[in-house]
Amino acid sequence: MENVQGKVFKFKDNVDTDVIIPARYLNTPDANELALHCMEDIDPNFVAEVQKNDIIIAGWNFGCGSSREHAPLAIKTAGVGCVIAKSFARIFYRNAINIGMPILECEEAADQIQAGDIVHVDFQTGLITDLTQNKSWQAQPFPEFIQKIIDAGGLMASVREKKQ
Amino acid sequence: MAMTMSQKILAAHAGLDEVKVGQLIEVDLDQVLGNDITTPVAIKEFDKAGFESVYDREKINIVLDHFVPNKDIKAAEQSAACRKFANRFNIKNFFDVGKMGIEHALLPELGIVTSGDCVIGADSHTCTYGALGAFSTGVGSTDMAYGMATGQAWFKVPAAIKVLLKGKLNEMVSGKDVILHLIGKIGVDGALYESLEFCGEGVASLSMDDRLCICNMAIEAGAKNGIFPVDEVTLAYLQDRAQRSPKIYEADEDAEYVQTIEIDLSALEPTVSYPHLPENTHLAKDSNAISIDQVVIGSCTNGRIEDMEAAYKVLKGKEVAPNVRVIIIPATMQIYKECIKRGYTEAFIDAGCVVSTPTCGPCLGGYMGILAQGERCISTTNRNFVGRMGHTSSEVYLASPYTAAASALTGYITDPREGK
Repeated sequence: MENVQGKVFKFKDNVDTDVIIPARYLNTPDANELALHCMEDIDPNFVAEVQKNDIIIAGWNFGCGSSREHAPLAIKTAGVGCVIAKSFARIFYRNAINIGMPILECEEAADQIQAGDIVHVDFQTGLITDLTQNKSWQAQPFPEFIQKIIDAGGLMASVREKKQ
Repeated sequence: MAMTMSQKILAAHAGLDEVKVGQLIEVDLDQVLGNDITTPVAIKEFDKAGFESVYDREKINIVLDHFVPNKDIKAAEQSAACRKFANRFNIKNFFDVGKMGIEHALLPELGIVTSGDCVIGADSHTCTYGALGAFSTGVGSTDMAYGMATGQAWFKVPAAIKVLLKGKLNEMVSGKDVILHLIGKIGVDGALYESLEFCGEGVASLSMDDRLCICNMAIEAGAKNGIFPVDEVTLAYLQDRAQRSPKIYEADEDAEYVQTIEIDLSALEPTVSYPHLPENTHLAKDSNAISIDQVVIGSCTNGRIEDMEAAYKVLKGKEVAPNVRVIIIPATMQIYKECIKRGYTEAFIDAGCVVSTPTCGPCLGGYMGILAQGERCISTTNRNFVGRMGHTSSEVYLASPYTAAASALTGYITDPREGK
């Protein structure tokens, strides 16, 4: 998995999939179209401001609610390089892995990293470094089999690799 | 090693004698489910991976229920994509307009899911079927695609919370009040990654519709699944309905639970979840100051016949308050027909309500009852997040059909026992 570095967008606890991608936009499975409305109901400026490899920091239970895979898909396609939260809702966690969207759990990092900070994430070691504050935190890296799924670009892409 | 009920079902479907909490397993699935929103994404994944067949055309369920009859051109395209896929693989359980119902009301009604099953669905409320004593959980579209192609899914074996039910519900208190009370107690991530296993002498008094409603909202506490033991109520429900014979699993007496929560059903009162989280619970009787613009009675949580009956009992011969829109949505065509036969539909219309054919529509702010800026709705649905039913400044209050119907008559949140 390639490491990422970017600017931080910070959110609170219980960010639900309805604010990540409101259901009024679920009339299409097109990831590029979904990405245009990512986080719209919680931060209307998000899509205009987010750059490739930027990082979302959030509190407990990120991605709670609906099973819509459109949620991690919208975040990934909007350019976000990693979501770091205190915890993730279970379907979101699963979906993120399945579509190849890197996520990490780290309570301390989620508390201390501020919006606008520049953060570097090393996926092999799980090391999260805030370059603005010059601080680091250790998250649990993904086990190898999950890293492979994300590397391949998601579960189905890894299935295709296996088949070939 | 002692196992919970969920662990036993998972072990059996993984071909193992026992499983331990945290263990990664691959299970064989009895049913795979998707709807008109999640299936198109699954089809894309299915095609991208180059699959050219499904594992079993009789074990895949595609239900068009979120945006049908199609709300706009894009929604119509999504339905068309599902229809094409269903035709291509001759999917047995494809439910189009006229045959469809809200998926989690429809599958149990038709006996497609039975006790002891292991089921995944690309819809978070797939946990509903735990009411039948099945292990059933919501997943995303990629898991659905993988499930359709291989008949399998991977899981991390969950720990469990034991919910010990005692006593009996009072009149006009229902399954919805039980689950809202529980979520209020443990929070929206109180059961994260865990099973909610309901048990105790209180179970026997709960109807199947109550149990389906309770398991339906297990996800709203973050749970992987909710599950009830199989008893006479379950077997009576499955009789003449189940398409396969039920398999009964029971938790070992010495199974380990992360915690035990006791709920005295007889002490519960009509409960309401205020915006913007289902855990934000209050009693209906303390909520009279909250005026409402709209009422929704329906959804995979509360669109079953007993829910319609509850609404009928309250609304029959009465008139809804001025300036309140009341939308009633029976969850399946069978329930819709039964409402007509029993005279509920006429009573609802006479009271000033609209009655729609089955759809998830307003629950997720799709269509059929979108809220304007600042409007408030009391709804029997399952989520009250920001913007869930419309404008980001609108508000959704979650409640039972009794409470929603009683509030429709007064125009403010009302304890259904007040007007009696």
